[in-house]
Amino acid sequence: MLPDTDNAPGFHNPSGAVAAPVFEIDSVTKVYLQGEVEVHALRGVSLELSKGDFVVLLGQSGSGKSTLLNIMGGLDTPTEGRVLYAGRDIGEFSERELTFYRRENVGFVFQFYNLIPSLTARENVALVTEVALDPMTPEDALALVGLTERLDHFPSQLSGGEQQRVAIARAIAKQPDVLLCDEPTGALDVETGVAVLEAIDRVNRDLGTTTAVITHNAVISDMAHRVITLSDGRIARVQENEKRLPPSDLKW
Amino acid sequence: MKTLNRKLLRDLYGMRGQALAVAAVLACGIAVFVMSMSTMVSIRSAKESYYSAYRFADIFVLLKRAPNRLVERVREIEGVSAADHRVIQALTLDMPGMNEPATGRIISLPETERGGLNALYLRAGRWPEVEREGEIAVSETFALAHGIQPGDRIKATLRGRLRDFTVVGIALSPEYLIQTEPGAFFPDDKRFGVFWIRHRQLEAASDMEGAFNDLTLRLGRGAMPEEVIRQLDRLLEPYGSTGAYTRDDHYSARFVEDELKQLRTMATIPPAIFLGVAAFLLNISFRRMLVLQREQIATLKAFGYTNGEVALHYCKLVAVIVLIGGIGGCLLGSWMGKGNTEVYGEFIHFPFTEYLFDLRIYLIAIVLSLGAGALGVSGGLNATIKLVPAEAMRPEPPAKYRSAAFEKTAWYASLTQTTRMVLREIYRRPLRAFLMSLGVAFSCGILIIGNFGKDAIYYLIDFQYGLAERDDARIQFVEALSYPAIYELDAIEGVIRAEPFRAVPVKMIKGPREERLSVIGMAEGGELYRLLDENEQVIPVRGDGLILSTVVADLLQVSVGDEVEVHILEGERRKVRVKVSGLVAEFSGMSSYMNLEALGRLLGEGRSVSGAYLSLDSDQAESVFVALKQRPRVAGVSLKQATMKGFMDSIAENILRMRLFNVGFAITIAIGVIYSGARISFSERGRDLATLRVIGFTRGEVSRMLLGELAIVTLVGIPVGFAIGYGLCLWMSVAMSSDLFRIPFVLNLSSYGFAGVVILMASVVSGLIIQQKVKHLNLVSALKVRD
Ligand SMILES: Nc1ncnc2c1ncn2[C@@H]1O[C@H](COP(=O)(O)OP(=O)(O)OP(=O)(O)O)[C@@H](O)[C@H]1O
Ligand SMILES: [Mg+2]
Repeated sequence: MLPDTDNAPGFHNPSGAVAAPVFEIDSVTKVYLQGEVEVHALRGVSLELSKGDFVVLLGQSGSGKSTLLNIMGGLDTPTEGRVLYAGRDIGEFSERELTFYRRENVGFVFQFYNLIPSLTARENVALVTEVALDPMTPEDALALVGLTERLDHFPSQLSGGEQQRVAIARAIAKQPDVLLCDEPTGALDVETGVAVLEAIDRVNRDLGTTTAVITHNAVISDMAHRVITLSDGRIARVQENEKRLPPSDLKW
Repeated sequence: MKTLNRKLLRDLYGMRGQALAVAAVLACGIAVFVMSMSTMVSIRSAKESYYSAYRFADIFVLLKRAPNRLVERVREIEGVSAADHRVIQALTLDMPGMNEPATGRIISLPETERGGLNALYLRAGRWPEVEREGEIAVSETFALAHGIQPGDRIKATLRGRLRDFTVVGIALSPEYLIQTEPGAFFPDDKRFGVFWIRHRQLEAASDMEGAFNDLTLRLGRGAMPEEVIRQLDRLLEPYGSTGAYTRDDHYSARFVEDELKQLRTMATIPPAIFLGVAAFLLNISFRRMLVLQREQIATLKAFGYTNGEVALHYCKLVAVIVLIGGIGGCLLGSWMGKGNTEVYGEFIHFPFTEYLFDLRIYLIAIVLSLGAGALGVSGGLNATIKLVPAEAMRPEPPAKYRSAAFEKTAWYASLTQTTRMVLREIYRRPLRAFLMSLGVAFSCGILIIGNFGKDAIYYLIDFQYGLAERDDARIQFVEALSYPAIYELDAIEGVIRAEPFRAVPVKMIKGPREERLSVIGMAEGGELYRLLDENEQVIPVRGDGLILSTVVADLLQVSVGDEVEVHILEGERRKVRVKVSGLVAEFSGMSSYMNLEALGRLLGEGRSVSGAYLSLDSDQAESVFVALKQRPRVAGVSLKQATMKGFMDSIAENILRMRLFNVGFAITIAIGVIYSGARISFSERGRDLATLRVIGFTRGEVSRMLLGELAIVTLVGIPVGFAIGYGLCLWMSVAMSSDLFRIPFVLNLSSYGFAGVVILMASVVSGLIIQQKVKHLNLVSALKVRD
């Protein structure tokens, strides 16, 4: 349980002073079978996240960051261990429950964007808002990431960074309870990177969205409540930030 | 779901080439199905309503002469609901503009206005009146062939006397849907007609007062035809009955049933093949698309789309494709079916043929299309959708390349890098290469079938009328005459040769099977009508044995050496057992043959003849006909040349039409299969190819890599296709053969050649299209976005 160390304006915590844990991750392992070889992507990870928490996941390539995020987002299931979301074990969810968990609670930004190539930027976002419970309009979401000019472009007509921003707009458009971002700024220059981080930060602050961001850029750590470093499938280090910096104040 | 539907349309547009190919192939199958089914339904309904409204009889009996009072006894037989007695006589007609005589039958009409059974439909004019001497109605086909109008006069010889008739009506009868002279194979509207006259007049003209020689009956509900026939035969045998028979043995009725059966076959086999190919095409295209869209599926799932919603999305995509094909096929099929029904209406003579739009056919067609779609989707969709999103999100692991044993040979080392990559690609995905070749092979096979009908019919005509039957004219006497009648014919100036024959109606029985047919006695060593076996070798007509046509042998299930029971249906009506001594290859008709003397012994009557085959000096043919017309004992003359020409003209048009459709379909399928295959290879390897281009391969090298695979697949597919075509034609020849008509299994070399050339051309065209695509391959975007 973390004390609320954030004093930045605009933040509000609807549940009151001490937030209840949203995620309780308990000794989660993930083993991939690749032919004869077992790949241990996670080797016992335990972690708790409260509502409104903002964590940054660091770690070398192959250390298991994406795997952990996928499991939290209900895209994959742990081999062992439990993942409780709001007190319920996602590992026990049926296919259908998982689907609705994803539909109603999770916003995802993928490492490789995963836009639908046959849909325009606006349509890619609309695809998600159409099934979400309380979404913003695709146009508003795209405005948040500064893509008002690119609404009707197809992914193949967008730069890598623009595609990444569409992916972020798509994740935040549904105003999710949980926002999971896999290297959201990997392809962006400083300026757009900051704009994107601001959008993520705003969702986290305004809506109390529990947010986890994977990054290779340690600077981003400064805007988190907590920085978790993974190494070879284990949590190597947890660092609590005294103070969260707004994205515009990050030193690149 | 709006946006998802938009994706559907865009995806569809993106794969429009393949989607159209699949839809086109499917449309071909559905079109043939709808065409055949709707024709069948239209013909069947026309037949059924005609039969019932005009009271087509159930049982038919021909006899020599029976007193009218017997009819009452017939009506008393249990199960008989109506009986009509008639007089039927043969006619020879002297038609203006025709040297040779035409033949016909004249049938008595009851005195009541419209008659009882087998009622006439009066197309024009009025009914012949009892009081007015010589008024007749003429069958419509004959009237049309000669331009006869009500009011016209006709001269005809009836029972040896030349008479004048006045045509007052043009009519059609349910008994003559197919109007063919007895014993002739081809309908010949010009040389054979049916005429109707009031009973009392025909009675008087043919010395049949108070008597009849033809009886038709209708049965009540639940009657047992076999039992009725047994009683009829017992009752009528003393009066020269040749045995009662049902519609199954009625020439016209059976012919129509056979046509309907053929239509049913046409509605099953070709559509099954086409739909199979369409499902196959759809399957390979669809699997490919799923591979390409793996990550998209995962993304949809990651954002909370359910498996059902995702599955529905892809099913909709396929449904749109198959519905385009299905609806297109329905439209095309209706159009073809309408034409087809009209063509049938030209030789099956209904008063009306209405092309029916039977909704059920279209429903079945749509269900079939969706079924083909379901087959096309099966196997891939479920597995892909069930994937955990995280799993599907990872691109498929790089393809595993292994070295094949042949890669170590010196031959392999001598190949260019491009060729090696082609071979390795095929080696790596043998299944796909195999399926592609199979698709090519099937289209090649379908192309061969497209020409099969033509090959078969022309062979049949050549065989039957070039090799077997070589007479110029065939004479039928009014009754069996003693042998010297032949010498009289021989003596006519212009007759080069006359060979006698004796035709006897019989019932042939083997175990539970029996058939009514005629035994034809022929002189040994005859030149004008030769019996040929399947290898076109002449079968000598000698000894006491019976030579059966293969059609009859199959119906009775007998082979050479077996004995059959023969009930002779005339004269002393002997019942004898005869050994089958040979089989003659015939594609139609119910005939059996015997040595003329041996047949005479069997009948106990010495050498008698019922007619003769003539060969004529063509310059003097006309004078021969004139001479023949004056001979009262000549009941009819049929001319092979003239008959055949009429027939050939009518079928040639039909064959051409069907061939056009078949070949059109086959070409569509060939292009569909080959183009889709090439397109799939291209989409699968577009990225690799772009990479190759980026690292410095030329366009030529890159296209060669794609086209090399296409070439190999095509070249392997063609010979396999020849084998498939051979098999399919064999199947069709068996399935399309009916009791009365058999399709010979003949395939000309040129049909193989044609199929091969079309496939090669389809490959070349597909290759060119793909080459264009390679040329315009956008290197940057090919590398940036998958697909
Ligand atoms: N589906 C899979 N099958 C087999 N191995 C897998 C699979 N998914 C991940 N792995 C393996 O698990 C390990 C952890 O992968 P993960 O994607 O979580 O790493 P990561 O920390 O996100 O790395 P990066 O920073 O490069 O994205 C890696 O060794 C990876 O190869
Ligand atoms: Mg990762």
